[in-house]
Amino acid sequence: MSVMNPTRAPGRARSAAPAAGAGRPTRRGWRATPWLFLLVPLGLLVLFTFVPVANMVWYSFTSWDGIDPVKEPVGLDNYVSIFTDPSIFSVFLVSAYYLVGALVQLALALYFATILSFRTRLRNLFKGVLFFPYLLNGVAIGLAFLYFFRPDGTLDALLAMFGVTDPPQWLGDRSIANYSLAATSVWRYMGLNFVLFLGAIQSIPGELYEAADLDGATSWQKFRFIILPGIRQIVGLSLILAVSGALSVFEIPFVMTGGANGTSTFVIETIDTAFTYSKVGLASAMAVVLLLIVLVITWIQRKAFPEDKGDLA
Amino acid sequence: MMARKHTVLAATTAAAVALTLGACSSGGDDAGTDDGLSGEITVLTNRTDIVDTKLADYVEEFQKIYPDIDVEFEPLTDYEGDVSIRLNSKDYGDVLLVPNSVSQDQLPTFFEPLGTTTELGEKYQFVNEKAYDGQVYGLATFGTAMGLVVNTQVWKDAGITEPPATRQELLDGLKAIREKTDADPYYTNYKDKWPLDQWQNNQGSVAGAGAVEERTQSDAPWSEGQEQYAIDGLLFDVVDAGLSEADPTTTNWEESKNLLAQGKVGSMVLGSWAVPQFKSAAEKIGENPDDVAFWPIPFGEDGKLRSTISGDYKIAIAKNSEHKEAARAWVDWFLNESGFAESEGGIAPATGSGLPESLGTFTDLGVELVELDPMPEGKESLDNDIANGAKIDLWGSQYRQELVDIARGAAKGDKDSFFAGLNSRWADARAAATD
Repeated sequence: MSVMNPTRAPGRARSAAPAAGAGRPTRRGWRATPWLFLLVPLGLLVLFTFVPVANMVWYSFTSWDGIDPVKEPVGLDNYVSIFTDPSIFSVFLVSAYYLVGALVQLALALYFATILSFRTRLRNLFKGVLFFPYLLNGVAIGLAFLYFFRPDGTLDALLAMFGVTDPPQWLGDRSIANYSLAATSVWRYMGLNFVLFLGAIQSIPGELYEAADLDGATSWQKFRFIILPGIRQIVGLSLILAVSGALSVFEIPFVMTGGANGTSTFVIETIDTAFTYSKVGLASAMAVVLLLIVLVITWIQRKAFPEDKGDLA
Repeated sequence: MMARKHTVLAATTAAAVALTLGACSSGGDDAGTDDGLSGEITVLTNRTDIVDTKLADYVEEFQKIYPDIDVEFEPLTDYEGDVSIRLNSKDYGDVLLVPNSVSQDQLPTFFEPLGTTTELGEKYQFVNEKAYDGQVYGLATFGTAMGLVVNTQVWKDAGITEPPATRQELLDGLKAIREKTDADPYYTNYKDKWPLDQWQNNQGSVAGAGAVEERTQSDAPWSEGQEQYAIDGLLFDVVDAGLSEADPTTTNWEESKNLLAQGKVGSMVLGSWAVPQFKSAAEKIGENPDDVAFWPIPFGEDGKLRSTISGDYKIAIAKNSEHKEAARAWVDWFLNESGFAESEGGIAPATGSGLPESLGTFTDLGVELVELDPMPEGKESLDNDIANGAKIDLWGSQYRQELVDIARGAAKGDKDSFFAGLNSRWADARAAATD
């Protein structure tokens, strides 16, 4: 009978829909509720992120010294001096050490994530040990490693046990200071990459491994043809985070050497320009330049590793 | 039930917002009348270590004379950084110490004039350091002399009992310490940076009271015969001859006090304010505090010893203070009655104060005390402007760290090339600043 009278069913549906759409008592929900909840976080975001960044962009067009009540505009002078002063860009060479360190960090994290995804003994202990450094405060790590690297410190004592009697000055020797700092950075951040990769690897369905076993694949082949393609997105993301992290590295060198002895990075230079030389305008311009560089790199990532538009329905 | 849930949600949000905003209330609004003898004043201080002990005792003493004035101390660990930023707002206490980042021409914008230089110059020393246009904006809390903090036992072990009177004697003495003892003759404290700035306080010891003006008129302060060359050159030579610690990048200020007290370090260039700190460090670890002595630094070969004295941080009254008379009462009491300067081993700010006990050696040796002349009117910030423009932080440590690195062979270059580079940057900045 309903087939002969198709108009009745749509009629009922029609009468139900408007009631739901207009938000009348039967549905009981303001459309504005989500926005009310977001009010405080958005307010904080605007107040503590967007407003200061906007201010900073404005300062970059002035010659402000940080204290003067008057900020004198100087147009693009700051940007011109950034690109013409060789000493400012030479610090990016130091970032290269951290970039190489980050690549080593990704390789190590991938290796550990792979072997700890499968049935290994004590794997939960190892996961904890590998992730723990990331939870520690950066300043605490810096201070601890200072004692580690000083002459006759922990590292020298360890090496002495293995018979190495004349170790170099890990931080004092300019040619290896950056390696020491990059190694500290790798120790600190590998845990994060490790956990990300671990999660990604565990999302690969187990049947693929069984199928590979049936086909007689070796561990390396399984890694190369099953795991790597499966975690491509995460690897791409980690690579980009590694690059932008290497460009804006600050905490470890600042705490451990203060940027001395050839270990200064772009962000440390920016801080010094702002607070030691009282050139907040120039420092703001440097910060804006770094921001633009990171944005460009992120855009490149989006082109190289386009996101699969997931279907959430 | 739906309605109630909704109301509960809204009420919770409102309460959370109210609590958050409530925490932002400004403290310290008080109802004291401004007749000068009552009110609540906030004093910003960098002395986080004594705020609950010595400073609290001072407040008690002060309130015996002015019972209606409430003094609140606000200790700040990163004094320079925090106060420099607060100067941008209207809230930086009633009484504070003038941060080093404020240049002379900015003084009237932030601080109350305390009197003319002539009038206050009769009562206090060091009035010209934070003065502009004939008005004094900050008064020194105590004066410091520059010199060498030494462990006399280490020097005795190396065969030296008298403070060296010439530059060569000093270098020979340090060499003797290196050869005859296990101690490091000199400790640069490179890692903590600020101990390297201390070297700049020696300005005046070579060129006399007009040292700063002379530097701003020179296109090559780092050339032989000029004072800056003598000061930085001494540091270079000490490090170059291997007379400092092996790895400067891992030094530690707090530990250095113990190292000197224990006789593992022979000397350090510091102000006289450091002597009480080293002596108490020695006591704490069970060493003899009398081994710690303060000697003048010989920069020249003529045997004439000089030491620059200057004011430490200057105390000032905020321009936006609502209790200026109460603040003034505190400032006057603190400078004259509190005895702070003596307790810090510093030179008391009142004119005619002699050297404190800790500088007894200076009186015995007949050290000439040099107080720098103020810069001529209109040129007060010239020295700062040139240094900032040249990116040579005379009062920072970056270029001195580079100097130490070159001297110890960690960086490329040598004394001549480094100083030539500094000279050319200085000349360029000077040309830019004076036209």
